[in-house]
Amino acid sequence: MALFDVSGFKDYSELRRQIHPGGKTHLVDRTNHYNFGAKTQEFAVPLGVDPSGFIKSCSRDGGVCIELNHGTTTLAFKFRHGVIVAVDSRASAGRYLASNDVNKVIEINPYLLGTMSGSAADCQYWERLLAKECRLYRLRNNHRISVAAASKLLSNMMLGYRGMGLSMGSMICGWDKEGPGLYYVDDNGTRLSGRMFSTGCGNSYAYGVVDSGYREDMTVEEAYELGRRGIAHATHRDAYSGGVVNMYHMQEDGWIKVCKEDVSELIHRYRKGMF
Amino acid sequence: ENCCTFVGIRGKDIVVLGVEKKSVAKLQEERTVRKICALDEHVCMAFAGLTADARIVINRARVECQSHRLTVEDPVTVEYITRYIATLKQRYTQSNGRRPFGISALIVGFDYDGTPRLYQTDPSGTYHAWKANAIGRSAKTVREFLEKNYTDEAIAGDNEAIKLAIKALLEVVQSGGKNIELAVIRRNQPLKILESKEIETLVAEIEKEKEEEAEKKKQKKST
Repeated sequence: MALFDVSGFKDYSELRRQIHPGGKTHLVDRTNHYNFGAKTQEFAVPLGVDPSGFIKSCSRDGGVCIELNHGTTTLAFKFRHGVIVAVDSRASAGRYLASNDVNKVIEINPYLLGTMSGSAADCQYWERLLAKECRLYRLRNNHRISVAAASKLLSNMMLGYRGMGLSMGSMICGWDKEGPGLYYVDDNGTRLSGRMFSTGCGNSYAYGVVDSGYREDMTVEEAYELGRRGIAHATHRDAYSGGVVNMYHMQEDGWIKVCKEDVSELIHRYRKGMF
Repeated sequence: ENCCTFVGIRGKDIVVLGVEKKSVAKLQEERTVRKICALDEHVCMAFAGLTADARIVINRARVECQSHRLTVEDPVTVEYITRYIATLKQRYTQSNGRRPFGISALIVGFDYDGTPRLYQTDPSGTYHAWKANAIGRSAKTVREFLEKNYTDEAIAGDNEAIKLAIKALLEVVQSGGKNIELAVIRRNQPLKILESKEIETLVAEIEKEKEEEAEKKKQKKST
């Protein structure tokens, strides 16, 4: 009708189509539990906004430069008796220290852990969303989700917003029917399985320490010491890492929290042997 | 519901699907009428009802099997894909402008831990697990036969399970062994359709066993 066009009135179905541009919002309620949360995006992109274009313009020289750093150190490695996960606990906002006591490991279930590095908000939100999907999977299918599937869900979530400025580097560690599992997932959608990973801007220091001390047949105590050293030395040299070392050990019957030790005390202890 | 009878039997290391082959017109090519379809390497489905409706369901189920492999990096369990098909059917019973799918399906296969499974779904979207079941024409007669004859010995080996399926079908099939088609899935092997020669051999064995049974009974009566 002519009046509709002139007044700019949009009827309900057209409004819905604008809010969900890709999806078919017609007669039937789509249950998304067979998509594992991949097809229905959590955040609809607002109209007229192009997040990926905006982010690209921010990294060009001469324009306003927004650098997204993963300011932290986390590490995880597999060895004979399971997986060791060690993280620092510093949150920085630019050069300001927001907190020295942040929990960067999310306990998804007694057999799954996720670490966080990068933007604190992104990590916390998406990993809690992952925890929700893992719980739903367990309820629907009567068996716990595998580590491979959990890391796949997270990387699919990241791929849905690729280029739009998310910042997250995470390691998903767990024990499932295939044995111990360790996956690195990041905001580009990268998903890698491996024996050892370290993320964050202190990762080079941690890699140096752990690579030089790693043996497949370490005892449990040696592995704990190696994880502690890795984080402690990284926090010593990296300004954006610090606080305490939170360490977890993933075993066949679940994870245990090993320790929460202040980094300055650890460095003091090592110093006696260092110089 | 008027043309074919299906029987499904869950053995220890094998699952068997037997169907009465509908007799086709003279000029019609036999192989185009296919009521047993593979959904994935380890799962297959037989349906009774409207073939056109079944095509849609099978297509969606095949896509879902691969989608599951992609996202979860594991093959589907038979229960998962049955649940998906049942949810799909239920959605069509509760929306405007659509009619329910007019098919009953038997879904058989092995989970990745090696357990054999047999499920039946109906147009309303409910599903149940069975040890042995029949759908289609005269399903009730076949089911009664199975209830009497499905024992642990009867499914002790692969051949025994296949013979039980044939015996169940012979109860209702009109012209004997020529009209029976059998599909089997063995653990870690893909779907296999048995050739008519193999079926004829098995039918001959069954006839012989029947005769021997009848002889024994006669001897008992006379002594």
